[in-house]
Amino acid sequence: MRSLKQFGADFGWPRIIIFFFLVALFFAAPAVGVRVDASLSDVFNRFGQNAFFVLALVPMIQSGCGLNFGLSLGIIAGLLGATLSVQCGLHGAVGFFGALVLSSPFAIVFGWLYGKLLNKVKGEEMTIAMYVGFASVMFMCIMWLLLPYTAPDMIWGYAGKGLRTTISVENYWFHILNRFGAIRIGPFFSFPTGEILFVIFGAFLMWLFLRTKTGTAMTAVGSNPDYARASGISVDKMRIISVIISTMLGAAGIIVYEQSFGFIQLYGAPLAMPFTAIAAILIGGASVKKASMLNVVVGAFLFQGLLTMTPSVINSWLQTDMSEVVRIVVSNGIIIYALTRKTKVSK
Amino acid sequence: MSGKRSFGRFLRENAVILLFLVITVLAIKPSGLSLVYIGQEMITRLGRDSFLVLALLLPIYAGMGLNFGMTLGAMAGQFGLILAINYNILGVNGLIFAALVSLPVSLLMGYVCGAVLNKAKGREMVTGYILAFFVNGIYQFVVLYMMGSVIPVRSRAIVLSRGYGIRNTLNLDSVRLSLDNLLAMHIGPFTFPIATFLVIAALCVFIVWFKKTKLGQDMRAVGYDMHVAEASGVPVDRTRIIAIIISTVLATIGQIIFMQNMGNMATYNAHDQTSFFAVAAILVGGASVKKATIPNVFIGVILLHVLFVVSPGAGQKLFGEAMIGEYFRQFIGYGVIALSLVLYAWRTRRETERLREGLRGGNMAAAAAAEGEAK
Repeated sequence: MRSLKQFGADFGWPRIIIFFFLVALFFAAPAVGVRVDASLSDVFNRFGQNAFFVLALVPMIQSGCGLNFGLSLGIIAGLLGATLSVQCGLHGAVGFFGALVLSSPFAIVFGWLYGKLLNKVKGEEMTIAMYVGFASVMFMCIMWLLLPYTAPDMIWGYAGKGLRTTISVENYWFHILNRFGAIRIGPFFSFPTGEILFVIFGAFLMWLFLRTKTGTAMTAVGSNPDYARASGISVDKMRIISVIISTMLGAAGIIVYEQSFGFIQLYGAPLAMPFTAIAAILIGGASVKKASMLNVVVGAFLFQGLLTMTPSVINSWLQTDMSEVVRIVVSNGIIIYALTRKTKVSK
Repeated sequence: MSGKRSFGRFLRENAVILLFLVITVLAIKPSGLSLVYIGQEMITRLGRDSFLVLALLLPIYAGMGLNFGMTLGAMAGQFGLILAINYNILGVNGLIFAALVSLPVSLLMGYVCGAVLNKAKGREMVTGYILAFFVNGIYQFVVLYMMGSVIPVRSRAIVLSRGYGIRNTLNLDSVRLSLDNLLAMHIGPFTFPIATFLVIAALCVFIVWFKKTKLGQDMRAVGYDMHVAEASGVPVDRTRIIAIIISTVLATIGQIIFMQNMGNMATYNAHDQTSFFAVAAILVGGASVKKATIPNVFIGVILLHVLFVVSPGAGQKLFGEAMIGEYFRQFIGYGVIALSLVLYAWRTRRETERLREGLRGGNMAAAAAAEGEAK
C-alpha cells in the first residue's frame, strides 16, 4: 500500500488518472465504432507533430525562466522560414531543411532579444512572456499583410498582395518527414517513421546538451542562481542561451508541424500554440522548475492521445461534440495544477 | 533635485501614458472622424467600460497584481443575463434580476479564484489568466449542454433548435440600453447616460470609503508586505480572498452594464477579451502592477478607446487596409500590457538591487539615493 502511494506521488496522480482515462478510451473505441488502428496512427502522427514544441520548453524551464508562454516568438521565426522557403520555390527535402535553415537566423535574433528582456524582469517572466508573445503575433499580423512576398501560391489572388491565412505546402514539402520510411499496416494504419525519428533525434541532442558543461551550468542557474553565480557561472548569459535554444526549437517545431499538417497557418494561429505545449509538458510531469526528456515524451503522447481520442470516442458515444469542453478543462486544469504546486526541486 | 532630472523622471514614470497620447493624437487626423463623433464615442465607452476597469482596483491594492481572473465574474454576469432574457424581464428590472441571480455564482467564483491564487503567490497574474481559460470550459459546458436540459431554460428564442444549449448570439433587446436611457441627458451634440455615470460614481465613492475601513487598511498592508502584515496579525489569506471576491462581484455587475450597452451578446466569446481590455485600459491610464488610482481608470478608458475608435480608419487611410488598423489596435493593447509589466518589473528589480548594494555597506550613498526614490 505504502509503495503504491509512493509510486503515485513519484509519478503524479494527475498523470496516472489521465493515463488510465486514455487506456479506457482505447478500450471503449471499438464499442462506439471508432477504429483503434486509425486512432493509433493519428496519435503517433500528432505526437510527432507536436513533440518539438514540448521539447522547446525544456531549456527555459531548466534555466529557471519558467514556462515559455512566449513560444510564439519561435513559431513566428519558423513561419518566416517556411514562407521564405516557399517564396524561393524550394521543394522536397531541400524545401524542408531550407525552411529550417532560413528560420534559424530569425530565431537566434528573436531569442537573443527576448532573452535580454527576460533577464531584466526576473521573477515576472511568465506573465510578461505571454504578453510579449501576444503582441509579437499581432505585430506579425500586420507584417504578413505588408511584407513583399510575391509567390502566387501564398498571396491573396484577388488583391495581389498580402499573405493568405492558410498556405498549402502540398506542392512543396508536404509529409516530407512523415513519408520517410513510413510503415503502413492495412488501409488505416501508417507509422510516420521519419517524423518520429526526427523527434527522437531532437530529444537525444537535447539530452546530450543538458549533460555538457553549458547544459549543466544552465541547470545550475535554474536550481540555485546564487550558488551558480558564486561558482563563476554567468547567470544572465546562461538564461539567454536557454531562451535562444527554446526559440530555435519552437521554429523547428512549427516547420515539422506544417510538413505533417499540410498548411502554413499565419495571422492569429500561433496565439494558442504555447498553451498546448505547456499543458503537454506539465501532463508529462514537469514542474515549473524541472523538466526531463521523459516528461516531454510522456506528456506529448498522453496529451495528444487525449486530444485525438476524446473527440472521436466521446462524440460517437454521446452523439454530441463535447471535445472542446474536455480539451479546455483538461489542458488548463493541468496548467493551474502545476502553477499552484509548491515547487520543490528533487534530484 | 534639478529641474532636468525631475523632468526625466516624469518621462520615465509616465512613459506608457505619454507614448499612448502621442500615438492617439497622431492617429486622429488620418482616421477622418469628426471630433464630435469621437467625443460621443468617448462618453458612451466611459459608461460602458469604467465599471469593469474599476473592478481591478482592489486586487492591486492587495498586492495581487492585475486580476485577470475578473473574467470569471464576467461569465457569471452573462449567466445571469441569459436567465433574465429567458424569463423576459424587461428594462432595468432585467438587469437587477441578472445581477441578483449571478451574485451567488459570482461569490463562489471569487472564492475559488482567491483560494487558487493564494496557492500561487508570486505568480497570481499568469495563474488568474489560465484560471479564466479553465472556467471558460466549465461555462461552455453549463451554457451549451446544461441549459435547457438540466437548468430550466425554455425560451424558444434563445435555445438552440436541438432543444438544449444557448444560441451563439443573444439578442438583448429586452434590456438594451435600459440603464443608459434611464436618465439620458442631451447637452449640445452629446448624449450623456447619467444613470450609468451615477452607478459608476457610487462605485468610486464605495472604493474611496472602503480604503478607509479596517478591511481596506488591512488590504493595503497585505499589498505592501505580506510577511509584515502576517506578523502584525492581519489574516493575509483571508484578506486576499476578500479582495478577489469583491473584484469578481464588481466584474459581474460591470459585465452586465457593458452588455446592456452593447445590446447583443456573443454567448461564448463575449468574455474572452474582458480582462484584456480592462487591464490594457488601467495600464494605459498610468497604473502599474502595484499602484493604481481612480483617475488612472478614467484616463485609461478614454485614451485606449479613442485609439480603438480611430485606428481602423487610420489603418485604411495610411495602408489602404482596414484590417491593419484592427490588428494594430490588438497589437497596441497587448503591447501596452507587456510594456508596462516590463517597465514595472525592471524598476522594482533595479531598486531592490540598489538597496541590497547599500546593505552590503559598499555604497551607502547609493542606498540613500534608492531609499529617497522609494519614498
